Amino acid sequence: MLDWIPEEILTFLILCGQAFLIIIPLILSVAYLVYAERKVIAAMQLRKGPTVVGPFGLLQPIADALKLVHKETIIPTKANPLLYIIAPVLTFTLSLMAWAVIPWGEGLVMADINVGVLYLFAISSLGVYGIIIAGWASNSKYAFLGALRSAAQMVSYELAIGFALICVILCAGSLNLSAIVEAQEKIWFVIPLFPMFVIFFIATLAETNRAPFDLPEAEAELVAGYNVEYSSMSFGMFFLGEYANMILMSAMTSIFFLGGWLPLTSWGPFAYIPGFVWMALKIAFVLFLFLWVRATFPRYRYDQLMRIGWKVFLPITLAYVVGLSFCIAYGVFPETLGVIK
Amino acid sequence: MTPMSAPQTQAPEERCTTTINFGPQHPAAHGVLRLVLEMDGEVVTRADPHIGLLHRGTEKLIEHKTYMQAMPYFDRLDYVSPMCQEHTFALATEKLLGITAPLRAQYIRVLFSEITRILNHLLNITTYALDVGAMTPLLWGFEEREKLVEFYERVSGSRMHANYFCPGGVMKDLPPGLLEDISIFTENFPTVLDDLETLLTDNRIFKQRTVDIGVMRADEALDWGFSGPMLRASGVPWDLRKSQPYDVYDQMIFDVPVGKTGDGYARYLVRMAEMRESLKIIEQAIAQMPEGPHLADDPRIIPPKRTEMKTSMEAMINHFKLYTEGYHVPAGQIYTAVEAPKGEFGVYLISDGSNRPYRCKIRASSYPYMQAFDHLAKGHQLADVPSILGSLDVVFGEIDR
Repeated sequence: MLDWIPEEILTFLILCGQAFLIIIPLILSVAYLVYAERKVIAAMQLRKGPTVVGPFGLLQPIADALKLVHKETIIPTKANPLLYIIAPVLTFTLSLMAWAVIPWGEGLVMADINVGVLYLFAISSLGVYGIIIAGWASNSKYAFLGALRSAAQMVSYELAIGFALICVILCAGSLNLSAIVEAQEKIWFVIPLFPMFVIFFIATLAETNRAPFDLPEAEAELVAGYNVEYSSMSFGMFFLGEYANMILMSAMTSIFFLGGWLPLTSWGPFAYIPGFVWMALKIAFVLFLFLWVRATFPRYRYDQLMRIGWKVFLPITLAYVVGLSFCIAYGVFPETLGVIK
Repeated sequence: MTPMSAPQTQAPEERCTTTINFGPQHPAAHGVLRLVLEMDGEVVTRADPHIGLLHRGTEKLIEHKTYMQAMPYFDRLDYVSPMCQEHTFALATEKLLGITAPLRAQYIRVLFSEITRILNHLLNITTYALDVGAMTPLLWGFEEREKLVEFYERVSGSRMHANYFCPGGVMKDLPPGLLEDISIFTENFPTVLDDLETLLTDNRIFKQRTVDIGVMRADEALDWGFSGPMLRASGVPWDLRKSQPYDVYDQMIFDVPVGKTGDGYARYLVRMAEMRESLKIIEQAIAQMPEGPHLADDPRIIPPKRTEMKTSMEAMINHFKLYTEGYHVPAGQIYTAVEAPKGEFGVYLISDGSNRPYRCKIRASSYPYMQAFDHLAKGHQLADVPSILGSLDVVFGEIDR
């Protein structure tokens, strides 16, 4: 039927379609993550959250987006206009790019590459550029301090994330995300790797600049941090990127530790729930943890955060990697973990 | 293009420092403080508070008002704890006039002074938590604060600028049912305090952000003129309610919580404990509340009753004179201080025998804390600046006056 279209263009169109299938729900879920955040935190703080726009305030995120879009984009006189515009675009693009390798079910993945973990890791590391460029290009001291903090923070916590991921890779024996999920058929990695799960979760909080590690945008000291000079949709891009990163990190947590699309049990009706629903539920659960933490904890100070990253997480994760490698090499628990040979 | 190229100053030792304007439009500046910070990287080398952005000339204005008209200005000094300041002015005027408030009025004043203390400490502790990044305590605290300002509203008609205390007593008697409602509040409030403590007191992050931050030794605190919770947190047991009791504070049984370390955490703990002590005082005041008049029976300063004015020409004239010319206060001078929630709040009043104060000097309780800010913040990090500022409990209404 579609014979008249050259094969290259068809492939391209299919890829575009797939990308849209990911991006549109992603942006929608970012909008409703903001809504969920406001509702969840409101409930924890004896408030109601948004109630006015639409039933239960459900149209609030759309109203917010419309408001942001029709605001004026202000570029400070002393800013570097090119970099100033590039920064939010970069942040937003990178937060979307990572989604290509996330598997939503068996075979339900856009790019099933065999180094998926490395790809994710590379993309999330690049995210720091958006922030540091924004801080530099704004030519504001608050933004600059925020950007510096953010760079230092992301670099330090990437290490902890890296080592935690090495443990996962050791257990799964693959860098492919689908293979990692399939390796958790018998037991989710959260059980044998529980300390790594905790550290990974805390490091993702730091990586996404969320409370209690939201130093780059600590409003008490830096007003809004790196995005203080941004307005309108350029701010909106940062905002979208940040929340898309939160969802991405939650997806990574569920893939690496909570068994991805695998059901909780295969007992009775649970087996009939499709994989992507399980995946979404797990992501939602991790996101709830993000919000819960935000409502509960004060913010760390910059040096304290670095101390935890370098003096606590790094040694623990390193020791765990070494210990785990020995256990696997000498076959201490090969039976419990799916594919370990 | 160098983003750090704007104002740079050369420190004596040839180090490059950056100057940052912290405020006056800064979310953590607690009002209109402009703090010029000289930073060496993230470390503060000099903190220079610039005050006066909220200066309204209160002291001078009071010189041109009658004693009765001067009272509302005291609400607007430290607008977080209005009634305690009214209390000071009322006591000062009473002493110059040589009158005392009736017993019931004294009990009401003590009751509302302590409600004010809780109002103030709730705001301070929760915004302090907000300054170090914890959001939830603020909203939990303000839920309770709302109940307290409603008590304000029920006695005075206003939630904030009450204008309730007056020389010779209080403006109106308590409305029926208010004491019962305050009792219900005192029963429930400890649970809220416990909830707040679970979020803050043992929270590792909160401790890391407050312990050893902005330390003031006891001798330094005395040198800087500290008072109130700030002085007590440094380990000096000093409380005007105990050392020179006014009204019926000598009838009340309560403890004065004293800290040890003089850091932000100690100040937090002292304020937390003070709220529980205030509850004790409120309960005692309710239990002992006597019947009787709420205003002194002195036609010189107390306006006649409405019903009297309808029948008596003299009462009508008296009322007219009181509300136009005001009352004359015998010549003399007096310094009166009360233990306001933030510390010693004093009024130095000079009367030349006319209907207006010749001079009204106000000792703002948080002014010395702001003075000591450079001393407290030097060598700390930028992130500690809001933390220290939050622990000081400053309100610019009274600092700038």
